[in-house]
Amino acid sequence: MSFRCEHLSKSFAMRDGFVQALDDVTFSVGEREFVSIVGPSGCGKTTLLKLIAGLLRPSAGSVVPSAAPDDGRPASALVFQEHGLFPWMTVLENVAFGLETRGVGRSERHERAMTFISSVGLAPFAHAWPHQLSVGMRQRVGIGRAFVTDPRLLLLDEPLGSLDAQTRFLLQEELLRLWTRSRSAVVYVTHDIEEAVVLGDRVLVLTGRPGRIQGEITVPLGRPRKLEYAVDEKVTALKWQIWKMLEEEARRSLALSTREPVSSVEEPVP
Amino acid sequence: MSGGNARPRRGAGAWPAFLVIAVLLGLWETWARTSDSASILFPAPSVIAAVLVRELRSGALVRTVGATLGRLASGLALGGVPALLLGLTMGFSPRVRAAVDPLVAAAHAIPKIAVLPILMILLGLGEAPKIAVVAAAAFFPLLISTMSGVRHISPIHFEVAHGYGASAPRVFWRVLVPGSLPQILSGVRLAFNAALLITIALEIVAARTGLGATIWLAWQTMRVEELYASLAVTSFLGVGFNAILAFAGRRLVPWHSTPEI
Ligand SMILES: Nc1ncnc2c1ncn2[C@@H]1O[C@H](COP(=O)(O)OP(=O)(O)OP(=O)(O)O)[C@@H](O)[C@H]1O
Ligand SMILES: [Mg+2]
Repeated sequence: MSFRCEHLSKSFAMRDGFVQALDDVTFSVGEREFVSIVGPSGCGKTTLLKLIAGLLRPSAGSVVPSAAPDDGRPASALVFQEHGLFPWMTVLENVAFGLETRGVGRSERHERAMTFISSVGLAPFAHAWPHQLSVGMRQRVGIGRAFVTDPRLLLLDEPLGSLDAQTRFLLQEELLRLWTRSRSAVVYVTHDIEEAVVLGDRVLVLTGRPGRIQGEITVPLGRPRKLEYAVDEKVTALKWQIWKMLEEEARRSLALSTREPVSSVEEPVP
Repeated sequence: MSGGNARPRRGAGAWPAFLVIAVLLGLWETWARTSDSASILFPAPSVIAAVLVRELRSGALVRTVGATLGRLASGLALGGVPALLLGLTMGFSPRVRAAVDPLVAAAHAIPKIAVLPILMILLGLGEAPKIAVVAAAAFFPLLISTMSGVRHISPIHFEVAHGYGASAPRVFWRVLVPGSLPQILSGVRLAFNAALLITIALEIVAARTGLGATIWLAWQTMRVEELYASLAVTSFLGVGFNAILAFAGRRLVPWHSTPEI
């Protein structure tokens, strides 16, 4: 097992009271397992990843890492929703940053970063600044920064969310290739149900805020995955099943946002 | 890959500016030479240039500029270093900012030259009170720019650094400093310009050396061409320093697609 979340809850203090983002979330992720998480917007997915990464403290419950040998691998690496590349570092320095903080010497970290950069075909851009890259390239650099640290757990927060369909498709493939070669378990947050199914070994479905685990689906597809699975009947059936779980919440939030102005129009005008 | 030259040519914008200046100087020259009344208040550029050459030969110009630059540089250093440190701290810590901000706002609004008499009583009639005033003038623009530079760093960059377990010194050197550098550099420029203005002003009222003193002496003795010569040198100092800063900015902030300086 890679790690376990036990009865994890998180509330944020606001000016007028509290917002509860997560409520009693319990699940575990195995060694080298790929777990997808889907849920309505604002249900606490990013919060969950930050809790697992240790960037936030849980209000209740705990994140239990596996009893791993101390071999110098970082427990986790988080790729943010907005890639979060440092604009003042070149592609190479950005990718090497996770090694830099771990005290890896300059020449070694640049070598390891360069190997990764070459393996995803970005070698010509190693010394470019992030603003000179396309959005897709930036996302790959952000993912690369996490991969080169060889973490036990890779936390990805909608890493392909802002991309067009074709680029997204290609990068899903690349991501699977990188993950297969790595030794990391992955927690992959996405709003795309199909992506969750095609990439994951399991899909966790969260409810609307506060996020709770509504259901868990094991994906009966083999590895290595090919993206042709996207048109597989099994995938279509699973997509439908997950959509049914999310539908009610989705409709409710849609209704909330469309009905409010209408009711104010219906106020009698004196 | 031949033909299409999409990259804009460097310095393509400089020629029109030179042309405008040359034409204006030419018009001025002609006017001053043809009109007696004009030449009294607006001596011809060639006359001003002759004064500059004469003062350069005699060494007077170097002494004068040296005195001004001495005050300017000491004031910039004395005001700039604390401004940087306090600005970084205030940008980073909301608590320090809340504590110090009202004081900064109040002190910033005071015309620094107005404090000179008090400082002269406290620090004597020598260079110390003058440098203190220049330091105060340089302090505030740099403080405010530095603070806002830090505050404009996206929180995600700090989160990423923490996520990768960066130590406090590494966050400082790899996130805080480079992230605020563009605004720090424009703060340095503002500080220089404020310090130059105040140096000239206090030399006019309270010094026997420097460009300000020369300007005032020239005016009182109605040597208008010398006054203009000093003004021209002051303007050169400003243009020169700003050019140096723009160059340094391109070197220090190479990641900026459009340098702020
Ligand atoms: N630092 C914070 N302070 C206060 N409230 C917060 C904070 N971070 C998140 N929240 C709130 O917690 C809830 C969950 O936020 P979170 O970003 O985890 O959602 P999400 O599922 O990632 O949404 P999305 O799909 O839009 O990215 C939201 O209501 C949000 O407003
Ligand atoms: Mg999110």
